[in-house]
Amino acid sequence: MTDNLRTAFFAGFVALLIICTGFLDNWNLALVILNYGLISAIMALGVNLQWGLAGLFNVGVMGFVALGGLASVLISMPPVAEAWSAGGGRVMLGLAIGATAITALVMVYKRMAKGRRRNLVMVALMIAGFFAFRTVFDGGVSAIESVNPSLTGYLGGVNFGGDAGREWWWMPIIAWPIGGLLAAGAAWAIGKTALGLRSDYLAIATLGIAEIIIAVLKNENWLSRGVLNVTGLPRPVPYETDLQVDPGFIAKVNDLGLDVTTASTLTVKLLYAGLFAVFLFVLLMLAQRALHSPWGRMMRAIRDNEVAAEAMGKDVTRRHLQIFIIGSAICGLAGAMMTTLDGQMTPAAYQPLRFTFLVWVMVIVGGSGNNIGAALGGMLIWWLWVAVGEYGPDLMIWATSGLHADSSLKASLIDSAPQMRFLVMGTVLLLILRFSPRGILPEK
Amino acid sequence: MEFLNGLVFLTNFVVVPALAYGAQLAIGALGVTLVYAILRFSNFAHGDTMAFGTAVTIKVTAVLVALGVSLGPLPTALLALPVGIIATGLLLLGTDWLVYKFYREQKAKPVILVIVSLGVMFVMNGLTRVFIGVRDIQFADGARFVMTVRQFKDWTGLDEGLAIRTTQAITLVTAAITVAALFWFLNKTRTGKSMRAFSDNEDLALLSGIDPDRVVRVTWLIVAALATIAGVLYGLDKSFKAFTYFQLLLPIFAAAIVGGIGNPVGAIAGGFLIAFAEVTVTYPLKKVLTYWLPDGMGPDGLVQLLSGDYKFAVSFMILLIVLLFKPTGLFKGQNI
Repeated sequence: MTDNLRTAFFAGFVALLIICTGFLDNWNLALVILNYGLISAIMALGVNLQWGLAGLFNVGVMGFVALGGLASVLISMPPVAEAWSAGGGRVMLGLAIGATAITALVMVYKRMAKGRRRNLVMVALMIAGFFAFRTVFDGGVSAIESVNPSLTGYLGGVNFGGDAGREWWWMPIIAWPIGGLLAAGAAWAIGKTALGLRSDYLAIATLGIAEIIIAVLKNENWLSRGVLNVTGLPRPVPYETDLQVDPGFIAKVNDLGLDVTTASTLTVKLLYAGLFAVFLFVLLMLAQRALHSPWGRMMRAIRDNEVAAEAMGKDVTRRHLQIFIIGSAICGLAGAMMTTLDGQMTPAAYQPLRFTFLVWVMVIVGGSGNNIGAALGGMLIWWLWVAVGEYGPDLMIWATSGLHADSSLKASLIDSAPQMRFLVMGTVLLLILRFSPRGILPEK
Repeated sequence: MEFLNGLVFLTNFVVVPALAYGAQLAIGALGVTLVYAILRFSNFAHGDTMAFGTAVTIKVTAVLVALGVSLGPLPTALLALPVGIIATGLLLLGTDWLVYKFYREQKAKPVILVIVSLGVMFVMNGLTRVFIGVRDIQFADGARFVMTVRQFKDWTGLDEGLAIRTTQAITLVTAAITVAALFWFLNKTRTGKSMRAFSDNEDLALLSGIDPDRVVRVTWLIVAALATIAGVLYGLDKSFKAFTYFQLLLPIFAAAIVGGIGNPVGAIAGGFLIAFAEVTVTYPLKKVLTYWLPDGMGPDGLVQLLSGDYKFAVSFMILLIVLLFKPTGLFKGQNI
């Protein structure tokens, strides 16, 4: 079977799964799967660049996804003027002090001669910097958080549009690439320190950084409202309730003979799907161009033999940093899209199994090193993830129908059926690794 | 007096909890470090192995309690622990036979094995969740305290009290026994010596007639015991939740790497270092400083350097500093 035929078959299969879900269950679910599947495909594309193209073992995907989500909040939410006047300046000053202290530390480390004096100066700087930062910063934070804590209590975003930001409906779309930029910035800082490490140390390091990013989002209420969550994010697409009272829309729906409520929810989801598909298509084109360019060949050369590539004059550390930033930025972009689609930011919902390791399953199952494979793997695995959660309990009820009606084993098996998805994902990953280690669509 | 009061307060709220937590981390890190030394990969499934062993122990404990069996002041879970260890051992041997063996024979790159362990992690996580659910479970029974605050105050006449919970005492005693047994095994028995030889130089060990399959099997069994003990101790001390055990992966790996991955002494030192750093940095030290500093110089704030949720940040910063400045860890890694 030629590569193109294989790709077409795989794509057709994924499309068939989603269409079948629509016909056999309901179209609402099918479109939800499609939307999150498109986002998952973008995340998989980002991880594939890092792992498939460059061999970087990044298990901190969740952190970059969450940073993208934060950008979505910071760009698309309206600002909270009282909070800014209460403590905005102070918080910014505190952050500036912190940044200055870190810069000073790096300068001292680089400029001063090695020895006890440098160590003493660094320790003194660290302690002084920390306390100066906390003194200024903490006051600002408590001032911000006491501004109407049940509704705001944070600084808000930069969406100055009317009606709580809804009038500037294009702000969320702008937030997506900015989410990518934010993730890229974090990736730069992380890459600078951690990329020289051995692959499994890099894995632990990225795993830790992702947890820290989530801890920051959960705790820094002035920034993200923490576990209070930010809800009601503006959307780039119309609201269902607005569509339902729009005479033009009602007329069109009646012509098609559909129910207005159903039609409005489907329309909104289709619009999202269109937007995401455009982004995915553009990114996929770029990734394909990159893969087949001299740059892509260089990356694969570095991946396959670092020493040889270095001997050819390639700057391995720099290239690694570059692709780490690009891949993380793509994950950040996807994270921002996801937060917009959710309409809310819930830091407690970020869990590594779902946002890091599931993306890894997508890449490896789809085919690491093959962009289209990774993207389709993203959609396939996402479908499977939802399907096991949706249909697993029904299947379990059927499978346990032989057991006595009030046996406790039956009840606990049915209760735990949604947890089966982890078991299924692990099994799929292990089977693929064993019998088709290069994935469904292998690298060419 | 002031100084003593401060010291007692510090012991009560920082030293004792950190000692117990450090012992739990150390046993967990010993498991990670053994897998690394013998099988030569970082086992991401270790946290979920701990969760599985603990889950089995909890179920058996429930059965024992229902039967009316009890250990008096000690938690019943200690009786159930051997069953948990055996179940986990069987699971790990099965996993090795079904999954890891194939890659070992292929001489796959370590990073492939790490990815394989991600798959195993998913499966074990799912198993544990299906088996016991995702709720928070308390399973410590028996006496709550070895020494209560009141007893200590009556006994010493100090203002501050020191309480030692049974679970903390058990953690330290069990950890000491486990570590002593492990070191005796590695240094004195023939099997232990062959494991050390295998870790040091695989080819030379094979040449001198050491059976690699046996070494691997014994390693998995020891890892199962260590993981279950660490998991049960942690669960007794705090509580059991599948997700928390997954999150323990980070401090455990930090402990193993900081100490020098592959080195058991390093794993223990790393465990205590990480635990003490985490607890000290996230505990409000105001009262200690009020006692210790001269009158009127006591701090106004809580002197809590970081909020409790940033404890991952602490283990992570230590990890990063050690990796950047002493990549082999505090003790030289990769030999047992």
